[in-house]
Amino acid sequence: MALITVENLCLGYDGRAVVNGLSFQVEEGSYVCVVGENGSGKTTLMRTLLGLQQPLSGTITFDSSVASGEIGYLPQQSFIQREFPATVREIVLSGCIGKLGKRFFYSSREKQTAEDCMRRAEIEHLAERSYKELSRGQQQRVLMARALCAAGRVLVLDEPTAGLDPVFTEELYGLIEKLNKEGMTIIMVSHDLEAAMKYATHILHIGDTLFYGSRDEYLERSEGRFLLVQKESGACL
Amino acid sequence: MLVKLGEYLQFPFVRYALLVGVLISLCSSLFGVTLVLKRFSFIGDGLSHVAFGAMAVATVMKLADQMLLILPVTALAAVFLLKRDQNGKIKGDAATAMISVGALAFGYLLMNRFPTSANIAGDVCSTLFGSTSILTLSKFDVFLSTALSVIVIVLFVLCYNRIFSVTFDTDFARTAGMNADRINLMIAVIIAVIIVLAMNLVGSLLISALIIFPALSAMCLSNSFFKVTVVSSCLAVISTLCGILASILWGTPVGSTIVAAEVIVFAVCRIAGGHVHI
Repeated sequence: MALITVENLCLGYDGRAVVNGLSFQVEEGSYVCVVGENGSGKTTLMRTLLGLQQPLSGTITFDSSVASGEIGYLPQQSFIQREFPATVREIVLSGCIGKLGKRFFYSSREKQTAEDCMRRAEIEHLAERSYKELSRGQQQRVLMARALCAAGRVLVLDEPTAGLDPVFTEELYGLIEKLNKEGMTIIMVSHDLEAAMKYATHILHIGDTLFYGSRDEYLERSEGRFLLVQKESGACL
Repeated sequence: MLVKLGEYLQFPFVRYALLVGVLISLCSSLFGVTLVLKRFSFIGDGLSHVAFGAMAVATVMKLADQMLLILPVTALAAVFLLKRDQNGKIKGDAATAMISVGALAFGYLLMNRFPTSANIAGDVCSTLFGSTSILTLSKFDVFLSTALSVIVIVLFVLCYNRIFSVTFDTDFARTAGMNADRINLMIAVIIAVIIVLAMNLVGSLLISALIIFPALSAMCLSNSFFKVTVVSSCLAVISTLCGILASILWGTPVGSTIVAAEVIVFAVCRIAGGHVHI
């Protein structure tokens, strides 16, 4: 069964629909890139998938094996305070917050998880450094390690490379690819079509036309053969 | 001078004042870190004016225990303001300013129209800038303030990890499966409790100083959230002790002397530690 099943989803805010009639399924281990113009609803879709926002209509179903809070989330960097006084270790450990349950303090197991995630994101040498002293690329890796702490099997990334220089961008894509190869399902919003074509197994295009399918299908889409869903005008409300 | 201090410390009311003062400033500095980092510095100010308004109403109604009215009203305002900030049509800072000056105006209006004593100007002045009431606390006041402060401190320690999470990134905390709304509600109610308690100490105009100064000073000195919290509470305790003692020695108003001490501590930290980016 698919890990995430989205059916006939209608997204928007203040009762205004941005995306209509969106349906797709994400299989375990796939690497989905969400592309589309600015304002087409990519971030809204992410926030809805994460449960931060209610859809106007439609359903999102997670496979029963994905417990709530097991989705790692890497927000757009502009949502995070860059000057926050905290060490890298403190921030990464906060990724385990969902595992606290009814307890008040982290156990040694969660502390170990944080160490492992720092290693996977290759930032263990920065553990004691202050977040605000780091470069943008390093900060992004810290947030990545935090997301890994929470992520059981799914990682949701919102514009992870925005504002990074080319070197850090490549490094970060490399890291995401490595995690995907280890079995992590990736859902990434991106402006970077080139990278999407290079790394993704599936493409979700939202905007005037909706498309979901494998990368190869998307490449043939210019001929219009795989247009799955056509946006219906204001069908939602 | 030390001899003189020693003499004063013989009096129980001086010791009570020191105990209550230290506990209250400790509470405000702990939650001040969160408020400053969440960009809610002004909420403390707004709420203190609401508390002033509520107190005016309580005075006019001649309530025996004013706390019973002031505390719930302030807590409601706190919940309202923190909620507004997330999804309000009126932006958070504007809502805070509106409620703040509105409550101040109505409070003074009430006190002026229905005076309960001959010296209204004196009454108002002492509510706004703190009075000698910290030195005239009854045993029950001391007990109540101490108990509430201890509860606040224990809650902070127990919820430290959750408070960190909602302060740094509320959305992430939500996606990770944490009940962020409950912690935000708790923070709002606790802020209200702290403000009502601190009204005795520094008066309602100066309360936000107790909340923001220790946090800002600590951020000049340390880079980790844990250290900022610890340093902030130490600085708050030191400045309050110095402030109360200085006010006793030189006969200055308690509230403004404490705040002056906080400002001096901030200046020292700023010079010693460099910039605070906030």
